[in-house]
Amino acid sequence: MWKLLVTRMVQAIFTLWVVSVVVFFSARITGSPELALMPPDARPEDRAAFRAMYGLDRPLMVQYGRWLNRVLHGDLGQGIQHKVAVLELIGPRLVNSLKLATVGVSMALALSLPLGVLAAVKRGQFWDRIAMGIGLGGQSLPSFWLALILVLIFSVRLKLLPATGMGTWKHYILPGFTLGWFITAGATRLVRSGMLEVLDAEFVKLARAKGVAEQWVICKHALRNALISVVTFVGFMFGIVIASSITTETVFVWPGIGRLVFEALLVRDFPLIQGIVLIWSAIIIFLNLLVDLAYGVLDPRIRV
Amino acid sequence: MQSVSRAPAAAPGGRLRGLVAAATRLPKVPTVIVVLAFLTALSAGWLTSTILPEANQIDLRFRYTAPWPLEGSSPAHLLGTDRLGRDLLSRMLVGARNSLAVALVAICFAAVVGTSLGLVSGYLGRWVDAVIMRFVDIMLSFPAILVALVFVVTVGASFWMVVAILALLLWAHFARLVRGEVLSWKARDFVALARVAGASTPRIIVQHLFPNIFNGVVVLATLQVGWAIVVESALSFLGAGIPPPAPTWGNLVAEGRDVLDSAWWISVLPGLAIMLVVLSFNLFGDWLRDVLDPKLRQL
Repeated sequence: MWKLLVTRMVQAIFTLWVVSVVVFFSARITGSPELALMPPDARPEDRAAFRAMYGLDRPLMVQYGRWLNRVLHGDLGQGIQHKVAVLELIGPRLVNSLKLATVGVSMALALSLPLGVLAAVKRGQFWDRIAMGIGLGGQSLPSFWLALILVLIFSVRLKLLPATGMGTWKHYILPGFTLGWFITAGATRLVRSGMLEVLDAEFVKLARAKGVAEQWVICKHALRNALISVVTFVGFMFGIVIASSITTETVFVWPGIGRLVFEALLVRDFPLIQGIVLIWSAIIIFLNLLVDLAYGVLDPRIRV
Repeated sequence: MQSVSRAPAAAPGGRLRGLVAAATRLPKVPTVIVVLAFLTALSAGWLTSTILPEANQIDLRFRYTAPWPLEGSSPAHLLGTDRLGRDLLSRMLVGARNSLAVALVAICFAAVVGTSLGLVSGYLGRWVDAVIMRFVDIMLSFPAILVALVFVVTVGASFWMVVAILALLLWAHFARLVRGEVLSWKARDFVALARVAGASTPRIIVQHLFPNIFNGVVVLATLQVGWAIVVESALSFLGAGIPPPAPTWGNLVAEGRDVLDSAWWISVLPGLAIMLVVLSFNLFGDWLRDVLDPKLRQL
């Protein structure tokens, strides 16, 4: 267990370091920042002074070291567009995104668990068809398009739910469903196949044979075992949820970090994108680490 | 006569018969859609210069024409037009070409790189394996799509940029699959025999291992096409894909976003195309997997 923990930690830190290198040097591929920040007719000595002031005349490795040092101390620089410290821009947006992600994952689980169980219990019947349809559709429906269709139906035509913004609980429904869509589809499939497998197992037959009520067999004996794979699946899906939040938040104009990425992309606000990518990567890598470790706790067989 | 012609068919033709049997189980609708998608993509250039209007031909008189059977439509624009009066059908055809080309080229790159690394890693083992597999682990937990956005901003979006991003996202899956397969194959006697007979390492890898893992690679590649198309369209939708005015399915959906109320077809139809094609590729891939390599069920 300790060996696994240490390996994963080292790996996570290494991954984060790779991200930082990529992010830093990608800024230098297209040339020195002075080209973008100085007027084109600036005199050579002004340029030299500018370079000296920001340390751009030092070797790249030194620049990287200083940049990394600042980042580790929480200084991600200023956004070009808003002239505000990147961290201050990201903070509240990140909270909004996490709220939406929580709602999305909860909605996905609330939909997929009953549906998956129902599909497995009534195999081949109506609900099973629905579950299979959702499972297949999950991979092939691009979430941004699903978002637009939902807006078209529920906001534009039926005028039931608000299409954009954030405020009441109603604002959470459409973006939450869209964000959770991938998880709904995948988890429905997993619950269904897991239940089918378990319902066939000896201990379930035994429970039935000794006269346990059918609902009890399904909820206690079968579902609990089918859930293990779902837990790890949802953990791994968090990375994907965060990535698909870019398109979802863009469509629903949700004031989250995904929307912030999109805005930054539009105006090519480089420091902001850099900051978001670093923080986001750290979150994803940390979540992956947690899932890995949780998996090791749940399933002793992989603790090698 | 009949018995004579039947007998040899059973021995070497077992494979052939298997193929025929498999072909009858071919999922009909998905196959038709996949073939149709390829055909339209290949002939998009020819179609849009002869029968259909050019994809980028602006005609402001026909702005926001509805799809054909609806009122206010014209048979000249079967699927309607966008805000500049450009024909949506033409744009979707050219978009099919762009989207499919990106997805397929990216998957080829990913498959070649991933398979090579997987073969080397699985066969050589030891530190080579450790290093390559650590990299695969990192790639699988790497928020590559975010880092890709950084590159799009600094270097700029282009066809090859998108291909590179997708290939970067995909290769690790191939490497992991191939390595796992190689580990099980290299313990077999025929590999040991080849080694005893003095075959060199490259020869064993290319001649003896590669043919055995090839099916798995093809299956994985087919199953990844749909995913690549979805990611490509998401990048296009965000303005990080092939730059406009070149149409892709993703940026067509994005263009219709602001006029969803009045001109729904601009967003809805290309999205429908993405869904149908991706769904078909997935079903086709499922079928291919069952035929070529049933033990890959969990992919």
